[in-house]
Amino acid sequence: MTKQITGAQSLVQSLETAGAEVVFGIPGGAILPAYDPLFDSKLRHILVRHEQGAGHAAEGYATATGKVGVCMATSGPGATNLVTPIANAYMDSVPIVAITGQVTSSSIGTDAFQEADIRGITMPITKHNFLVTDPDQIPRTIAEAFHIASTGRPGPVLVDVSKDALQALTHFEWPTSLNLPGYRPVTRPHGKQVREAARLITSARRPVLYVGGGVIRAGASAELRVLAELTGIPVVTTLMARGAFPDSHRLHLGMPGMHGTVAAVGALQKSDLIIALGARFDDRVTGQLSTFAPDAAIIHADIDPAEISKNRTADVPIVGDAREVIADLVVAVQAEHDAGRRGDYAGWWQTVDGWRETYPLGYSTPDAGELAPQYVVERLSTIVGPDAVYVAGVGQHQMWAAQFVQYEKPNSWLNSGGLGTMGYAVPAAMGAKVGRPDTTVWAIDGDGCFQMTNQELATCAINNIPIKVAVINNGALGMVRQWQTLFYNERYSNTDLQSKRIPDFAALAEAYGCVGLRCDKAEDVDATIERAMEIDDQPVVVDFGVHQDAMVWPMVAAGTSNDDIMVARGMAPTWDRED
Amino acid sequence: MYRHTLSVLVEDQPGVLARIAGLFSRRGFNIESLAVGPTEQSGVSRITIMVNVEEHPLEQVTKQLNKLINVLKIVELEPEQSVLREIMLVKVKAEPAFRSQVLEIVTLFRAKVVDVAPEAVTIEATGNADKLAALLKVLEPYGIKELVQSGLVAIGRGPRSITDRALRPVDKSDKSTA
Repeated sequence: MTKQITGAQSLVQSLETAGAEVVFGIPGGAILPAYDPLFDSKLRHILVRHEQGAGHAAEGYATATGKVGVCMATSGPGATNLVTPIANAYMDSVPIVAITGQVTSSSIGTDAFQEADIRGITMPITKHNFLVTDPDQIPRTIAEAFHIASTGRPGPVLVDVSKDALQALTHFEWPTSLNLPGYRPVTRPHGKQVREAARLITSARRPVLYVGGGVIRAGASAELRVLAELTGIPVVTTLMARGAFPDSHRLHLGMPGMHGTVAAVGALQKSDLIIALGARFDDRVTGQLSTFAPDAAIIHADIDPAEISKNRTADVPIVGDAREVIADLVVAVQAEHDAGRRGDYAGWWQTVDGWRETYPLGYSTPDAGELAPQYVVERLSTIVGPDAVYVAGVGQHQMWAAQFVQYEKPNSWLNSGGLGTMGYAVPAAMGAKVGRPDTTVWAIDGDGCFQMTNQELATCAINNIPIKVAVINNGALGMVRQWQTLFYNERYSNTDLQSKRIPDFAALAEAYGCVGLRCDKAEDVDATIERAMEIDDQPVVVDFGVHQDAMVWPMVAAGTSNDDIMVARGMAPTWDRED
Repeated sequence: MYRHTLSVLVEDQPGVLARIAGLFSRRGFNIESLAVGPTEQSGVSRITIMVNVEEHPLEQVTKQLNKLINVLKIVELEPEQSVLREIMLVKVKAEPAFRSQVLEIVTLFRAKVVDVAPEAVTIEATGNADKLAALLKVLEPYGIKELVQSGLVAIGRGPRSITDRALRPVDKSDKSTA
């Protein structure tokens, strides 16, 4: 018989055994028993300033390292503060385990102090969740939580543990096998479907590899490169897949979607075959669904069967892990080639290259004395390079970071894609830096986003987590303002944050124990970034005061067809010279 | 719109019904009838759901249901190849003058009287929805005082069982892998 320990000790031991190294969290009444053994544990606990920060930090850690991120909070408001990052992790398939304290089991359902039914609240935004009131169930539950979070389509799992279960005595017994009869993700693709896909690939004339975040989560970048080079098919990488395929590669057309390149949007739109790999035909990619890629046959490979034919009917559905699917596709396409069947995409490339040359990404230089936000992002990319991790919030700065940073490696770009969570960047960057301490981590944030979660700068400064933050400060909720410019007759209702005046971001950074820098002129950008790069023992915040009227182009307005993409205000590309 | 009957095998654990109901309510689908009960295997419950939805959204819900960790298997039962039953308890006015007529109807529908009071009888009837509706229609003129009806339960015809392969390590994804 193993020795008796408390449920709290069992919880900490379970987290250690499951392979957790870091926990981001804040203690409170119901979770307090767990914090006592945590004090002696080899687990590194990072005390954040808001539970939302703990959740996003766990996501940043998970996304940058590929491991499961862990966050912890107490019952009631501690748990509800985790709701946003949990929803975010659900939308972007991020493997995190959230541990929450719950009131004593005899008080559950009585509206006890700090009671919230967090299991009920998070049911639709978790891959699975548990309520544990029996201390003997703690090891099994944690083992299952880590397994569910990290396998199949990754996602968040919440484990709610009642205070009495943490306090009671139990034995620690790590399960040797898991009993999850209803959970068997399919990772091996079906051979027949893969061969059919290969046949379509070699007979297509205008194919596109539509690469989504699943390729990043599956660690399938190397396989993707082999497939792309073997077939010579143009590649587009979605917002969630930036870095899955090198931006410098000749076959890469960039990002598709609402703010994608003309070449990427056009290639999907005019294709006769879309090979979707770990992508989900999100409305931000397809535009108006009924007019999306009207002539394309669809090969749709995803680990989640519920994604296939959800938005666009698949002609060849393939359920499987992206890495295995792509590896099998390589073999199947090679077999086609060996049999003398090879795709001829020369004419297609001529068209695609025409778009690429005619409509490269660009931006207009603002009046003298004004700083272009895109220029700041461009210079960051050049000076910092592709080995760093870039983390964005949500809005214009996020789109510029997706467009103008040159990504060469997977897991080097973190952002909130599906949920669009403002405030993601600073805590996620913190989590990424904790997971990869030797990598430079730059948050590219907006002044609106930054003000939602910047208290985690204190966490960074105190815990020696030297992230760098570039605040692209246009003094406004820029993306909303852009929509007001385009669709609301320039009536700027409640988008003016005045954050060039209040607060003083550099002084705020200093107050938080970080280095605060400021830059408003194009000629100072390089020196400022270089100065920030020299500081390695403290977090750095650079307040880049940028031109307020800069807009994100190209743009497919919400609900319109990809055919109607605008390269600038009132300017549409010409698709086909014969038209 | 078409009426669909889903049989869902689930692990018998708290919260399973809420998870399943949530996937329907999220989409604004109204569950017309619901029945939950044990099966021949301990720890496994069977939920029978009747819902009025188009084919495509139903397929999406079914796939989402399949993703629930506690869901073991889902089968849509076709009415022609299934036995579908509901149970109804109905309290009908049956004053002495009409009592024999009410009892005659009970016999005609192969229903049973399960409780008798001076002015009313309680009738138990089982059958498919049409039969129960027909019975109600003929009882209506006598005065229905109270009515309670179960959710639909359904089982496929023939020798095979839907639990046959559910707990073995089988591919539980949909036909797209077939």
